[in-house]
Amino acid sequence: MSGVRVLVGTKKGAFILTSDGKRNQWEIDGPHFAGWEIYHLKGSPADPRRLYASQTSGWFGQLIQRSTDGGKSWEPVDNKFVYDGVPGTHQWYDGTPHPWEFKRVWHLEPSFDDPDMVYAGVEDAALFLTKDGGKSWTELSGLRKHGTGPGWHPGAGGMCLHSIIVDPKNPKRMYIAISAAGAFRSDDRGESWKPINKGLHSKYIPDPTAEVGHCVHHIAMHPSRPEVLFMQKHWDVMRSDNAGEFWQEISGNLPTDFGFVIDVHAHDPETIYVVPIKSDSEHFPMDGKLRVYRSRKGGNEWEELGKGLPAKDCYVNVLRDAMAVDQLDQCGVYFGTTGGQVYVSADAGDTWTAAARDLPAVLSVEVQTLS
Amino acid sequence: MIRVVLPAHLRTLAKVQGEVRVFVEGPVTQRTVVDALEAQYPMLCGTIRDHLTKERRPFLRFFACEEDLSLEGLDRPLPEAVAKGQEPLLIIGAIAGG
Repeated sequence: MSGVRVLVGTKKGAFILTSDGKRNQWEIDGPHFAGWEIYHLKGSPADPRRLYASQTSGWFGQLIQRSTDGGKSWEPVDNKFVYDGVPGTHQWYDGTPHPWEFKRVWHLEPSFDDPDMVYAGVEDAALFLTKDGGKSWTELSGLRKHGTGPGWHPGAGGMCLHSIIVDPKNPKRMYIAISAAGAFRSDDRGESWKPINKGLHSKYIPDPTAEVGHCVHHIAMHPSRPEVLFMQKHWDVMRSDNAGEFWQEISGNLPTDFGFVIDVHAHDPETIYVVPIKSDSEHFPMDGKLRVYRSRKGGNEWEELGKGLPAKDCYVNVLRDAMAVDQLDQCGVYFGTTGGQVYVSADAGDTWTAAARDLPAVLSVEVQTLS
Repeated sequence: MIRVVLPAHLRTLAKVQGEVRVFVEGPVTQRTVVDALEAQYPMLCGTIRDHLTKERRPFLRFFACEEDLSLEGLDRPLPEAVAKGQEPLLIIGAIAGG
């Protein structure tokens, strides 16, 4: 019988949750790398036993861990992320130039067809690539050097490159997003890049429609329609139907359009999910009610999904990489909270149960569908 | 042999227990001891000092013989008791939080 493996990165280690296809009984393995912040871990689509994890610490810096047995054992690989050439400067919070400094890896994106090939999105914002399973990392510096880099500035969480999407139909095309610079696209395997932020409106920056400077929190895509992108911006939920050339707002009837996560149903590219958060100064659900919102029409018309989720006194957050979907026939949806809960819906969001309740604050959630 | 006490997280990473011992040829300094540590335990590269600048990570301290040597300079000889293996070099994670 098929099953799922849920990879959970937390503030104090990594946890691996497994279940069969029913997704109602869970085994929790961990903590791996106990005491370390695990910003993200993800499996290779080409070899599900191959996992990569970003392990980081304010004391000891960055490590990358690799598993070849589905997370039973791990080995550290290269952790040297060196910017190409003279790093230069970006803007600091006060608008002054600030040198580019590597801090941590926020997101690891293994390639579709090569388990040794992985992209890494880092803070201060840059994109790195390994082609040898993590033995060495090289910056794809065309992103940082394409021209607008000196004008990028950090969001409250740092200047992080947090979203990496490779077009499954056209591997030359990639999308990334940076907080707080915006979204960017490459059509040549990451060699050169262009900002794709037209249509975004951010009233918290001096020019609300600037080419860069938007605090994009996450972007998502359905693999069957790689030209359609969905975005949770700082405020506003957005959609592009032309590979990011132009965005339109689809917040519609959401109670608040601030939030961090956004994801797409595995089998219906017009069904999308967000978790509305009250505001940029109050990072918790409206009225203490944890709710997922689902649109079956690609945005604008949203329905509240709360069956099985806390209906009162809930003041957690759901961070940008902490939602995922599985590929089973009845699509499963997963998200983790800063309160340490991992919620699972085995029926595309209609009902929810907690697969884990008392983990450390969840930073990321990924799902592998196992046959 | 130089005796070194690593922080708990780095002992886990290096898969060691208790003190580690490294051989240093020539002057015994912070730099040469960490060089020897990284050669013996490559997984520690980048965790004690920056890969490029070789500067100590800001939240780590070097103690020995009941003294904080963190600001003494990478190339200043460590105390004779450390060089002779009578006392360990302590690599300490700075205390943070409440």
